[in-house]
Amino acid sequence: MTALTFALIAEPPERLDLSPLTPQALAGMSEIEKIRLGTSKRASTVGDLFRVTGDGAQTIVFEGGSSRFDRVAMGMTEGTVRVVGDVGAQAGRTMRGGALTIEGNAGPHAGSGMRGGRLEILGNTGDHLGAPLAGELAGVNGGVLIVRGRAGAYAADRMRRGLIAVLNGAGDHAGCRMIAGTLVVLGGAGEMPGYLMRRGSILLDRAPQDLSPTFVESGAPDSVFAMLVDRHLIAEGIIEQPLLGNAPRKYGGDNAVLGKGEILLPR
Amino acid sequence: MPLEVNGVAIDDTFAEAFGMRATAIIITASDRKWARQAAISMTGFATSVIGCGCEAAIDIELPPEATPDGRPGCRVMVFAVSTDELQKQIVNRVGQCVLTSPGSACFAGMEGANQLKLGASLRYFGDGWQISKKLGARHFWRIPVMDGEFVCEAMTGMTKEAVGGGNLLLLAASSAKALAAAEAAIAAMERVPGAIMPFPGGVVRSGSKIGGKYKGMTASTNDAFAPTLRGVTKSELGPNINSVLEIVIDGETSDAVSAAMKAGIGAVTGLGPEKGASRISAGNYGGKLGKFHYHLKDLLP
Repeated sequence: MTALTFALIAEPPERLDLSPLTPQALAGMSEIEKIRLGTSKRASTVGDLFRVTGDGAQTIVFEGGSSRFDRVAMGMTEGTVRVVGDVGAQAGRTMRGGALTIEGNAGPHAGSGMRGGRLEILGNTGDHLGAPLAGELAGVNGGVLIVRGRAGAYAADRMRRGLIAVLNGAGDHAGCRMIAGTLVVLGGAGEMPGYLMRRGSILLDRAPQDLSPTFVESGAPDSVFAMLVDRHLIAEGIIEQPLLGNAPRKYGGDNAVLGKGEILLPR
Repeated sequence: MPLEVNGVAIDDTFAEAFGMRATAIIITASDRKWARQAAISMTGFATSVIGCGCEAAIDIELPPEATPDGRPGCRVMVFAVSTDELQKQIVNRVGQCVLTSPGSACFAGMEGANQLKLGASLRYFGDGWQISKKLGARHFWRIPVMDGEFVCEAMTGMTKEAVGGGNLLLLAASSAKALAAAEAAIAAMERVPGAIMPFPGGVVRSGSKIGGKYKGMTASTNDAFAPTLRGVTKSELGPNINSVLEIVIDGETSDAVSAAMKAGIGAVTGLGPEKGASRISAGNYGGKLGKFHYHLKDLLP
């Protein structure tokens, strides 16, 4: 079986909702070309936008991307999806399994509310990485979300479980309102990381430029957790060198709320 | 024709062993000394299920690259007769001896569908400050303690395929020779993964038979192998035997028990009767009680 490939013919004329094109939705489906993707009255279909080749649906490749590609692989549960190009908003939102790779940049709300699987973005992402949409209670609820580039503001907002790693800097308020889970930010975080976090861990490679005064310094004892998480990040192929070392500095907070969260930095 | 290897007589008999439940954990610490200390403390008073509730010992020592946190460690195995008893023992022992040991951490040492609670029970020591962490498929609890944090994996595996009660009896002309033979056997058997010898230093001098003349005694001295009772009881000992030591083996699998017994027989016969034991035997109950039989003649070097 070869990968099911969607080669983009030209820049889409409207914003697209690509959520119908997941491995589990396309399994055994014929007439893929007739699936409607357009969100305006143009109602573009797969056949209007892509040249489709290959068979099977466990491996899906989008040759070419666009910032108009919204909801790529939304809700995917299995298989692999790869986008050779940029995507728009809500890539990999609510995914539960499988692997989604975006080789370009992603828009806002990438990985929003994901519960499992692995989402890797090689470029930058917009604001609200992994964050809930308005009215939802929790953001990322499981799985692994990796951004090799830079993330915008409010990354990991209301995260509850799982691992988010941003490897080239994050905007303001990274990890705000975290409920639990682990956020790794290399390359510096913006203002007030962990703002109003209840529990959870934010791992930074350098001191934040502006930490909320409601975080308190909590020493730097030897930490088996730091050793475990360093080894885990290396084993997952996220980083190559240990981040925290054996005894990272800890700031506890946010004491404006529950105060059981932590920001860890190498000593 | 009696069996003999390098001058050491091998009885044509078998060791009789029983099915048990077993679990394993990995204990790490900042250095080998403290990893071993925690392991030795938690496996203290764990020689026999008759009086200790479980049988436990260090299985193997692990180099830093073989442990989850990259520190030196030990794999400890614990055996009991029921899942409930094993659960109770592992939580009590880790809670009192590993949680308390400086710099320690505790991880699952066995995989499997059957699981026992580890950190999932001990987390309550954290009094609300404990932190749950899932990294990949593994679930850890971080419990704040006075030297930092005690990290403990939530669950560990359990096997129902374990075997307890494999044994060797080493018969020698003197106590010194019996001990030399036992030490040589233990040194070889400790290298077998998945098998432990739970008695002090791996050696038992008070082998037992089932029951006794007194009411309530589930086990009493093995008079047939006690040299001072030769002549007054139905003795198994010949005229030149003055000391008998036993080695009891518990294994994760039946194969681990036989591999350990084989290693032990190899070491004792290698030592020879001049320096060590002149005869090797094994304990059984006629073959009707235990499911596992290890015939010595099948385990010769």
